[in-house]
Amino acid sequence: MPILHDVQAEFGHISEDAIREIAGLLNLTRAEVYGVVSFYHDFRKEAEDRPALKLCRAEACKARGVEQLVGVMETAAGDRVKIEPVYCLGLCSVGPAAMVGGKVYARLTKEKAAKLVAEL
Amino acid sequence: MIDKNSVICISDDAAALACGADDVAAAFEKAGFAVKRVSSWGMQWLEPMVDTGGIGYGPVAADDVAEIIAGKADRLYIGPIEEHPFIARQQRLTFARAGKTRPLSLSDYEASGGWAGLIKAKQIGPDAIIEMLIDSGLRGRGGAGFPAGIKWRTVAGGDGPQKYIVCNADEGDSATFADRMVMEGDPFMLIEGMAIAGHAVGADKGFVYLRSEYPHAIVKMNAAIKACAHLIAPFVMEVRVGAGAYVCGEETSLLNSLEGKRGEVRAKPPLPALEGLFGKPTVVNNVLTLAAVPWIMTQGGAAYAAYGMGRSKGTMPVQLAGNIKNGGLFEIAFGMTLGELVNDIGGGTASGRPVKAVQVGGPLGAYIAPDQFDLPFDYEAFTEANALIGHAGITVFDDSADMAAMARFAMEFCAVESCGKCTPCRLGSTRGMETLDRIIAGENIAENIELIRDLSEMMKYGSLCALGGFTPYPVMSAINHWPEEFGMPKP
Ligand SMILES: Cc1cc2nc3c(=O)[nH]c(=O)nc-3n(C[C@H](O)[C@H](O)[C@H](O)COP(=O)(O)O)c2cc1C
Ligand code: FES
Repeated sequence: MPILHDVQAEFGHISEDAIREIAGLLNLTRAEVYGVVSFYHDFRKEAEDRPALKLCRAEACKARGVEQLVGVMETAAGDRVKIEPVYCLGLCSVGPAAMVGGKVYARLTKEKAAKLVAEL
Repeated sequence: MIDKNSVICISDDAAALACGADDVAAAFEKAGFAVKRVSSWGMQWLEPMVDTGGIGYGPVAADDVAEIIAGKADRLYIGPIEEHPFIARQQRLTFARAGKTRPLSLSDYEASGGWAGLIKAKQIGPDAIIEMLIDSGLRGRGGAGFPAGIKWRTVAGGDGPQKYIVCNADEGDSATFADRMVMEGDPFMLIEGMAIAGHAVGADKGFVYLRSEYPHAIVKMNAAIKACAHLIAPFVMEVRVGAGAYVCGEETSLLNSLEGKRGEVRAKPPLPALEGLFGKPTVVNNVLTLAAVPWIMTQGGAAYAAYGMGRSKGTMPVQLAGNIKNGGLFEIAFGMTLGELVNDIGGGTASGRPVKAVQVGGPLGAYIAPDQFDLPFDYEAFTEANALIGHAGITVFDDSADMAAMARFAMEFCAVESCGKCTPCRLGSTRGMETLDRIIAGENIAENIELIRDLSEMMKYGSLCALGGFTPYPVMSAINHWPEEFGMPKP
């Protein structure tokens, strides 16, 4: 796992080549490594060069109105920004919450959320 | 007017940062003040909160700073923080340092009683540590409520020499952030708890399995482990970062993930206590369980057991979240009623509308209506009411909540997060989601509700772990309390 995290952090995804190399290194079959990569939501097999925003869609953020933000955020994002769901960022009393890279945002309103997406 | 020489304390906890604490700190520094970055008091509705020699202001924006310095910010004035009812009503054992110390300062930690638990533990030895823990009545804070002392005794009796301490810091439940606050605010306390566990059971290695959604906690835990390595030796520790799978919070799935495998749930037995990480005896405990240990060591098991009710001993860091006016961390002895927590402490909804429902215990916990608010916070009382304390997160919903949508989300979440190993969880949740879609569309409602009931029974009794086994609780509680929202007649 630490290796997979490093590869993903370095290249933004874990390619077929990387899987082959890791398998060789750890004396595992390619299928075994592939199985691990595909199990976890964080690991990506395809390159993704768009900026990404993780929007919390879990219960406490729903209770604070995140679903009403999704529309404006998707409009602001278009094809340019990727908006991914995440289930809880631990900011559940100050939601709706989002994360971009290692930065966290709280108390999102329609205006703040659209601006955040536009500035990515 | 604030004295130029007074030190300004502002939290650097993720909730404070997300609300703009860095900008506020920068504004004070620009105005010539010394700013100390401390842990959070846990009054999150007031974040970013500014502490000027014990007097609080919040929520503060960078633009408000000049006004505060001039002594004119009456609308943000909180008064003496320790006397604020939200703080004064708490019984802070685990969160005793919250708001007061710099998270990564070894001198702050020592000056506030840090390491005394580890020193005492080494003096009294493994048997006495475990006895003290059993006396304390401390139960696992991760959800299942299993007595921590009994678990440690099992591991202590397991085959050595290699044993492990694993801290479950996967905190995936919505409405929970107490683990995060410990790791970001008082990381040495958790490390001390793990080192004590290592000494008690004969383990020399500890892992913190920390979710990737907590980047600030990852940085702080790594820094803290490095800073105190010499103080916990020969015990060594390492942080391992998760990869966005909720089910990896389940202990056997977590162990598989730590071993570098798919996070599939293992059948029990064997118990992880006897055959855990790499097949070795392993303590798996939640962050809050381990963080409670230093206090118990210094104050004694009986002192801890003096708090609480029935078989729920000690205090619980309750997390007030969702649509709640005073959201944050509230540590209190077991026994306070749900209504007191939500209405008296939490102040009702943030929107000002009536409370419609609360969900306690995360995505696997039942929805509870205000007519059950006399329920005391106690493991047994909750179980009897078909509800779950879990990690003690409370999500409040106002009257605009759509309970059918929430029931559908419970099934969807289970389908997305299922590890896939057992059929009732994997297929049951997908079928459940489709069936709820039909109910919401108004198709054959009575028949489809029956189908949901059957599916729920199958998931409850046929699933390998509590993901599939408990998803029926939020679903069925929503249907039973608010049938009209599913197109059924009102009872
Ligand atoms: C689906 C699922 C998710 C879980 N997530 C967590 C979690 O995030 N954190 C945690 O401490 N326990 C979690 N648990 C409970 C653990 O399996 C286990 O009971 C706990 O780590 C034991 O520690 P404790 O006795 O200190 O609570 C989860 C259980 C299930 C079934
Ligand atoms: S539910 Fe959104 S941050 Fe926890």
